Amino acid sequence: MTIFGVPTQALFGQLLIGLINGSFYALLSLGLSVIFGLLNIINFTHGAQYMTGAFVAYFLLQWAGLGYWWALLIAPVVVGITGMVLERTTLKRLYQLDHLYGLLLTFGFALIIQGLFRHEYGSSGLPYAMPGALAGGRNLGFMFLPNYRAWVIVFSLAVCLTTWYVIERTRLGSYLRAATENPTLVQAFGINVPRMITLTYGFGVGLAALAGVLAAPIYQVNPLMGADLIIVVFAVVVIGGLGSIMGSIVTGFGLGVVEGFTKVFYPEASNTVIFVIMAIVLLVRPTGLFGRAS
Amino acid sequence: MTATTDQYVGAAVPVVTGVSIAQVIAFLMMTIALVAAPFFVYPIFLMKALCFALFACAFNLLIGYVGLLSFGHAVFLGSAGYGAAHSAKVWGFPPELAILFGTAVAAALGVVIGALAIRSKGIYFANITLAFAQMVYFFSVQAAFTGGEDGIQSVPRGTLLGVLDLRETLTLYFVVLAIFLLGFLLIYRAIHSPFGQILKAVRENEPRAISLGYRAEHYKLLAGLAGATKALVFQLASLTDVHWTMSGEVVLMTLLGGLGTVFGPVVGAFIVVTLENYLAQLGAWVTVVQGVIFVVCVLTFRRGVIGEVGNLLRKSL
Repeated sequence: MTIFGVPTQALFGQLLIGLINGSFYALLSLGLSVIFGLLNIINFTHGAQYMTGAFVAYFLLQWAGLGYWWALLIAPVVVGITGMVLERTTLKRLYQLDHLYGLLLTFGFALIIQGLFRHEYGSSGLPYAMPGALAGGRNLGFMFLPNYRAWVIVFSLAVCLTTWYVIERTRLGSYLRAATENPTLVQAFGINVPRMITLTYGFGVGLAALAGVLAAPIYQVNPLMGADLIIVVFAVVVIGGLGSIMGSIVTGFGLGVVEGFTKVFYPEASNTVIFVIMAIVLLVRPTGLFGRAS
Repeated sequence: MTATTDQYVGAAVPVVTGVSIAQVIAFLMMTIALVAAPFFVYPIFLMKALCFALFACAFNLLIGYVGLLSFGHAVFLGSAGYGAAHSAKVWGFPPELAILFGTAVAAALGVVIGALAIRSKGIYFANITLAFAQMVYFFSVQAAFTGGEDGIQSVPRGTLLGVLDLRETLTLYFVVLAIFLLGFLLIYRAIHSPFGQILKAVRENEPRAISLGYRAEHYKLLAGLAGATKALVFQLASLTDVHWTMSGEVVLMTLLGGLGTVFGPVVGAFIVVTLENYLAQLGAWVTVVQGVIFVVCVLTFRRGVIGEVGNLLRKSL
């Protein structure tokens, strides 16, 4: 069976890869968006923190014998805490300055982290075994679906929607949104805004680490795994509109799928298609698809 | 409004009008040092530093005086390099035409990217230029004429205007130096022109700057000039020049030397290139050191080397 001259097998295969990539785009751009909303900083360290998440999973297995499920829990917390330390000690000093300094600082941290890991582990990937419970796959009739990939898509979608729910529909989220709009006023109501900023940064960074753990069994653990990915995620964020939670989720998954299909129909453009879409979106809607005009 | 002196990127240095004696003296000192340098230091290394210095100066014009952080500046360096290398090697262009062609390629790209990126402001601008740079990078990986991973190798240096034999390293050095000084003066002129003054004035008021419209292509032209020259010096145009880490490097040079200072980028470029030269055998440590410099500069040293010196002398350099 074929659709537009392409075998359905290949089409669904690329759709699956697109959804997998989209899961990572969504998780990462969600973290970037949450951080940007409150801190007004583009967190350039995000890719390095995603990579660190994968490495923490690797270390847990090698040194402590703790497997995938523990890593899924521990890695985001560990990386989140290091992120909070970073925010408290350095980023905090830059809030009254131009936001570009924040970008430059996080860029510096990204270089340091990636350089250290590359020095220690080289540029080739370290294998990370798939959890036993999710090995294998099932035949859906029209395609073969590996269990682990299905898990990644379902799990990251669940994490994204939970985050959206917490921010848009709960009391805690309303504080967060209010602080994004007007931090001074919120502080006057007795809410500890600096602590909220720290926790938000930790949470956003934790999401990146979570994505890193999810990616480890698929892509191997590699010091440079976040370096180029993060640039694509920046483009995703620009397309979705900075600071928009739902925008990040929808564009993340959507662009993953678009990229996947481009691989089927016009493979040469698969690396650039997201950037082309970004250019078009900028021409039509400079604030992004879901961004509010500021 | 609580305006600290360096609240805005590059605003550490007071706005100057006209040419100051201190700047003329500094310029003469720099020129003399650069003319004498090849007799003491390996000229190829110096030429590399000069190319990067010009590159950093062009970049500085954008960030230091307009307050726009372009994270995709490597595109202009890289594309000009490809343009010059391709035209010199495949089409047999003489060096002066190859350099002009490379610069034109970069300028054309600058107009296109600038027109799109200008639609955004502040932090978006950095993101978008970065994304475009990545797009050009992927294009360069795949396109046939760039030679993919290998780059364009053994680019002929040729003879400038049919008179000067550029295969002679010292001759080439002085040609590169002349191009650098020319570019430097052009940038200096731009800063001190009414246009430059307007840019600085609107730096602190972004909406107004946008309503005026940025003229990004001017500066990108200069980044292109640097790229085209570099291709001839190294007889190589490669992917590293287009990759976004190169954009990071030029940000580092400018930040270290002093954002918004006239001589800062030159000093920064020389420091960074020297560092890389000595740290090259340490592999991944280069990245770590660069990262540390970034962090230290942003946290404690926002004026940069020249900015601090200028502050000490109470002069604008």
